[in-house]
Amino acid sequence: MRRRVFAVALVLCLALTAPAAGSVAQQPAPQTTVNAIEAEVMCPVCGTLLELADSPQAKREKVFVAKLVATGKSKEEVKDALVAQYGKEVLATPEASGFDLSAYLVPILAILIAAVALAYSVVRWRRSSEQDRQSAKGKPAQAPRGEDAERLEADLSRYDL
Amino acid sequence: MSTRSFLAVLAVLAVIGLLAFGLLNKGATKIAVGDPVPDKTLPTLPGPGEKSIADYRGDWVLVNLWASWCVPCRQEAPILEDFYKRNRDRHTTVVGINVQDNEDDALAFLREHPTGYPQLRSVGNERSKAFGSTGVPENFLVNPKGQLALIWRGPVDDRFLAEEVEPLIEGKQ
Repeated sequence: MRRRVFAVALVLCLALTAPAAGSVAQQPAPQTTVNAIEAEVMCPVCGTLLELADSPQAKREKVFVAKLVATGKSKEEVKDALVAQYGKEVLATPEASGFDLSAYLVPILAILIAAVALAYSVVRWRRSSEQDRQSAKGKPAQAPRGEDAERLEADLSRYDL
Repeated sequence: MSTRSFLAVLAVLAVIGLLAFGLLNKGATKIAVGDPVPDKTLPTLPGPGEKSIADYRGDWVLVNLWASWCVPCRQEAPILEDFYKRNRDRHTTVVGINVQDNEDDALAFLREHPTGYPQLRSVGNERSKAFGSTGVPENFLVNPKGQLALIWRGPVDDRFLAEEVEPLIEGKQ
């Protein structure tokens, strides 16, 4: 009798907890975090990163992000949804197309130009110092003349060398 | 000019050109009374459908830029609705343009403050820039020819509408 009561209780417990377990299983696991998104998007009204903004618009944008993250959207999906709602200005990093591409290309070009200029300067500097050394080797040391010769003589005699 | 100097000048000009282009691209438009109203076909709120301010050519149009998160916009919404109801038979309408907002919040705002006049939605800052806007709400009266007759960068109240807007519509100013 006791066994039968226990079995019925167990079945009832399982029947009651099954829907809850099912609903937990249905909820998708978050693929990103609210903090990760807020560090990479802007508050378009304030012109600062969303994580640093506290304006009424930023607060609504944060709610929007949190809702999407909770539904299991990836970082890129959340960003796409933000662009669809708030426009391209919402992205903290410029797009790799159109005029915004210059934000990536200009620093690379500047580094390349600086590297070429540095290499060119080093080659010129080494060449000129080489030439100086060669010309110094070829020329005999000239003895001092006139006033210089007299001063040298006076100095040497003072030290009695 | 030597080749080296020419290249240096060219590099400096390229940097200046790039900066100027960036600044011009980001700068807000300046508009003044008498200018044609900045216009664009926009999706209606709620959808589906599209409308533009030009659809009301021949009528006076009070264009209202608003956002759901803006507290003064909540305060002026019923005032604008009253103005619309009082003047709709006098070739006058209000056109709301929702800016800097997300659609769900904008629709929730309209459920809370239903309007009889048309509502359009602009994604992000695009329309704000076109109107040279510095915030929300802002109001622009457009005459039947499609020119700006009044620019008001702030919320409207009954007194402002009665003293500044209605005399223009009635042809008293």
